[in-house]
Amino acid sequence: MAHERDPDGERARNQPRHPWGGGAGGSEQTIFERAKRNGGGADGALRGRLGPIGGVGGGLARAGGEFVRSGSRFAGALAQAGQHAAADAAGRAAREVSERLTADLDDRDPDHLREQLPLLWLLASFWFRGEVRNLGNIPEEGPVLMVGNHSGGNMTPDTFIFTLAFSTYFGVERAFHQLAHNLVMASPFARLLRSGGTVAASPENARTALESGAALLVYPGGDWEVHRPTRDRNKVDFAGRKGFIRLALDADVPIVPVVAIGGQETALFLSRGAWLAQLLGVDRLLRLKVLPISLAVPWGLNVGDFLGHVPLPAKITVEVLQPIDVREQFGSNPDLNEVYDYVTRVMQETLDTLAAERRFPVIG
Amino acid sequence: MRLNESIVISAPPKLVWDYLAEPANYLHFMSGVTRWEVEGDRRSGLGARYRMLIRVGSAEVGGLIEVVEWNPERDMAWSSVLGVDQRGRWRLRRLPDGRTRVELRFAYGVAGSGIPGWIAELFAAPQLGGHLRRSLQQLKRQIEHEQLRAEAAARRHERAAAT
Repeated sequence: MAHERDPDGERARNQPRHPWGGGAGGSEQTIFERAKRNGGGADGALRGRLGPIGGVGGGLARAGGEFVRSGSRFAGALAQAGQHAAADAAGRAAREVSERLTADLDDRDPDHLREQLPLLWLLASFWFRGEVRNLGNIPEEGPVLMVGNHSGGNMTPDTFIFTLAFSTYFGVERAFHQLAHNLVMASPFARLLRSGGTVAASPENARTALESGAALLVYPGGDWEVHRPTRDRNKVDFAGRKGFIRLALDADVPIVPVVAIGGQETALFLSRGAWLAQLLGVDRLLRLKVLPISLAVPWGLNVGDFLGHVPLPAKITVEVLQPIDVREQFGSNPDLNEVYDYVTRVMQETLDTLAAERRFPVIG
Repeated sequence: MRLNESIVISAPPKLVWDYLAEPANYLHFMSGVTRWEVEGDRRSGLGARYRMLIRVGSAEVGGLIEVVEWNPERDMAWSSVLGVDQRGRWRLRRLPDGRTRVELRFAYGVAGSGIPGWIAELFAAPQLGGHLRRSLQQLKRQIEHEQLRAEAAARRHERAAAT
């Protein structure tokens, strides 16, 4: 990533330094301000995350000041270098995260996606024995909102299997986007995901994708549903989130429910860990309402699932249901609760049917 | 990866060709094919386009193909326009006893997919090879059945004319 020239920083470096280190408080403020400037359009959560980084830089500067007071000019220079390095690193990280969270539909690269299909096919066919049914229910062209139940922790194998099936069935040329949690989009895999059409989950991004005429896959249950305990694996749990219905109405597109089973058997999910997220404050800092606790390969006890895990080779089955035209079925001014109940009911009925087909956990 | 399967059908090349030239027949005899639709105005012949899908592993793979060679009763070849890279060929040759040797060639791959692409081609080969073999067996069964019906109809017609 190109590193922009920072005239203010350069001016600060050129200013004559106080022989005793320039004051710790001043240094901390400078670092934080530089980090904020470099962060540009980052959201509040991001700025919240920059605070500790600025604090670390300030600590370094304070430590440098101590050395200077003891008469060592070399230590002073080292402190300055540490200060600049911390500020630059914070700025770079902030810029990178900010860019990753910005929806740019053009990041989707059909050629790159086509080249990834063999790898996805190998994983889907031989590891997960994936099966995607009734893709013909998705309208052949035009924007469509596909609503899925989310499973499998941070690895979400059903999403990859569905992306493979969609891309081979309709061709990689058909625009197809998926919404993902900000934390996923800030991960090192974000570039790969973005080339496959993934954008950060937000109503604006979803609207932009549908307005461009793309097919859009959303998981209303989000992190709440994807980390549900394995004992609830056969439950659709959107946690009462109805934003997808408003989105379909605003964009005037049909809702196509997509029901998947098997993802929650790729590890033993013990608890969502909502209490742990609250206790550690990550619900406010990182928008994480859960901090899942699971038994997963290769970690054993896995808290947070931030590094992902090796999913067990559970058989994944995905079924696409008939499209729902909300206005046609529920009138021009539909009751959101009624639509929500209907969508979750038909999805739950399908999930029950798919569950009845399975004879053994993991094997399917 | 290139696959090649062949079979001998007890029917003249014209009968086999007429059956292969009709796109509506493909869903009846091609194993694993889930879609074979005419795309555009031209139903058959050079330049005709079809949207086809064949189930391999977890995915229905295919895309838009175009007939690029059309030599009646001898050769018909197609190539992919969109989707997974593929080339295919029907090769018909008359045997001395009047029967027809039918060869189906199919080459596929994803350019630029590297080692995973190569592995995927290898792993897909047995399943695709099986589809091709079953397709030829079903083609043989359908055409020979048609041939028997045609011969029986001709005999009935002769008997009716004699009486």
